[in-house]
Amino acid sequence: MPDPYQPPGTPRRPLRQTLGLLARFGVISVVLAGTAGGFAYAGGWLSPDRLTPARIVDALSQRGGDPTGYRRNHAKGICFTGAFEANGQGAHLSTARVFVAGPYPVIGRFATATGDPRSPDAVNRVRSLAIRIATPDGQEWRSGMNSSPVFAVATPQAFYEQAVATRIDPATGRPDPAALQRFAAAHPETAAFAQWARSAPWTASFADQTYNSLNAFRFVDLQGVRHAVRWSLLPTVPATPSTPEELARLGPDFLAQDLERRLAEGPLSWRLVVTLAAAGDPVDDPTRAWPADRQQIEVGTLVVQQAESEDGGPCRDLNFDPLVLPTGIEPSADPILLARSAAYANSFDRRAAEVGATPMPHAGDQP
Amino acid sequence: MSRSTEGFGALARVLHWLMAAMVLAMLFIGVGMVTTVSGRYEWLVGIHKPLGIAILLLVLLRLGNRLRQPAPALPADMPGWQKLAAKGSHILLYVLMAVMPLLGWAMLSAGGYPIVLYGPIHLPPIAPHDAPLYALLHGAHVVLAYLLFATFLAHLGAALVHALIRRDGVFASMAPWPQRQVVPAPITPVGTSRQARAR
Ligand code: HEM
Ligand code: HEM
Ligand code: HEM
Repeated sequence: MPDPYQPPGTPRRPLRQTLGLLARFGVISVVLAGTAGGFAYAGGWLSPDRLTPARIVDALSQRGGDPTGYRRNHAKGICFTGAFEANGQGAHLSTARVFVAGPYPVIGRFATATGDPRSPDAVNRVRSLAIRIATPDGQEWRSGMNSSPVFAVATPQAFYEQAVATRIDPATGRPDPAALQRFAAAHPETAAFAQWARSAPWTASFADQTYNSLNAFRFVDLQGVRHAVRWSLLPTVPATPSTPEELARLGPDFLAQDLERRLAEGPLSWRLVVTLAAAGDPVDDPTRAWPADRQQIEVGTLVVQQAESEDGGPCRDLNFDPLVLPTGIEPSADPILLARSAAYANSFDRRAAEVGATPMPHAGDQP
Repeated sequence: MSRSTEGFGALARVLHWLMAAMVLAMLFIGVGMVTTVSGRYEWLVGIHKPLGIAILLLVLLRLGNRLRQPAPALPADMPGWQKLAAKGSHILLYVLMAVMPLLGWAMLSAGGYPIVLYGPIHLPPIAPHDAPLYALLHGAHVVLAYLLFATFLAHLGAALVHALIRRDGVFASMAPWPQRQVVPAPITPVGTSRQARAR
């Protein structure tokens, strides 16, 4: 096509100009491709091996049953409401409003650590308690605590491998025992957890269990000093040891039934005890317990007043993300703790989109 | 044919380039944070929320400034469809810059999360706590983030064509450095033939 800016008689643009033009188009292409490529890299599309929240939650979703509409871990649970009554002692360790003496409303959830929302209670070793405490300054403290004294693994990668090892083999309908053995052999850090799982007594109740933060956190006091801590909820009712065989005879949902029975008689309470790390204690490894003689401070009481089915209950649409913390409490560098927040958000995204997709079972339903 | 006017005002330019950096950072932080389980997640989310709200505040300021001081006219020889595409994409960019932070804020409200910006500084919820609503807003936040990135890429491509190929003063009108008084005549004008011939 003739160029109208060129005088007549020079129908073709000199070669140098054409090359220059090509080079400038080249620059534009490189800039655009580089920007798009950088975006793809940031989003993980170029690194399929990256351990993402989605990969972890995919693996958690394949451990039996249909978790559609439910949490992808600790899938089976029951909501409760109650209060945290602070005694004021925590205020020496942390500026968080929640430690100023007084009652604060709580929404919480008891659960069993399973991927299957219909799993029978007698097969699940780990039980959990999650709370959201709201304070008048508009801040919140969310915490998910487990009944084991230590966690099984120390890294998100190991957690992922564990989830994959407990994946249901479609051929047998159960996890592959060889995969589980291979996982245990490759992960000696699971020994303390496995020892607890083998030897700790089973009970028929959520009410008699201790629930532990496992991950370490930091309390920041008025002077700005940071204290490495873990916390536990200690039960106030005695435990009655049982066996999985005996428990299986109680039916699939004995934990929720026991809780409702007890609460019909009156509130249940737990003492919230904060343990302070000493220099050298592991603050980034939840597989290692701290020595038993560490200083402990009781900072208040959790009072559980009323239980409610998860179906439409107040806890269903909450994400007990352990990094929802008030000022005065900070996360530690524990990689498990930091991974939890990302994975919980992904699980929440999925189940929020699935609300109403499947009917939620009622506590009394028989499978 | 070049832009004859002075170009965008100083405030418009400062806001454009400041916000360009912020919006780009938000897009990269967004896709990066949802695909990592490392400690970077907490750090990136901690930047994403206050930076997004800052964009919301700045886009209001920017729109106010834009209404006070309209954009300089595009070169007369630009084909009509290109002018339309330029206008349309600018409106889309403005809308997305305002809607994305609002969606983020509303989505966290619907998810029942506290909306923490920094330390004790937090925002009130602007939507009811409702999981299906959360899912809807979250879906929109993700889809519109990709639309924003795609629009930005087209915008960047067009800006570079103006700067390097057409050399018509459009890039200079928004350039982060002050515009020279006289816009030099194009050295290698291409792609303007239709309009030029029509005149
Ligand atoms: C990398 C390690 C971990 C990952 C990836 C992980 C993953 C998950 C996921 C995806 C959920 C479902 C969240 C939701 O949809 O709301 C969940 C629930 C839960 N997790 Fe973890 N978890 C990890 C470690 C831990 C640890 C160390 C503890 C205990 C101290 C714990 C305690 C809980 C509790 C209590 C719940 C249930 C919360 C509720 O009842 O809503 N998790 N976990
Ligand atoms: C980093 C690369 C970028 C370059 C080279 C660039 C370049 C330009 C140029 C040259 C203009 C003037 C166009 C005209 O006169 O019509 C412009 C306008 C505009 N840019 Fe960008 N831009 C960039 C990034 C962004 C980003 C990330 C956004 C926001 C998402 C953005 C939003 C806008 C808007 C809304 C206008 C229209 C201004 C108005 O008419 O009020 N730009 N840009
Ligand atoms: C210009 C503003 C914003 C842009 C461009 C932006 C962009 C993004 C992107 C690209 C993602 C990742 C989407 C995905 O691939 O899953 C994302 C996620 C997210 N954004 Fe934004 N965002 C903006 C503002 C906000 C604001 C103001 C908030 C909150 C106050 C917010 C909260 C979030 C959250 C919580 C997620 C993660 C959601 C999840 O759990 O998957 N965003 N954003």
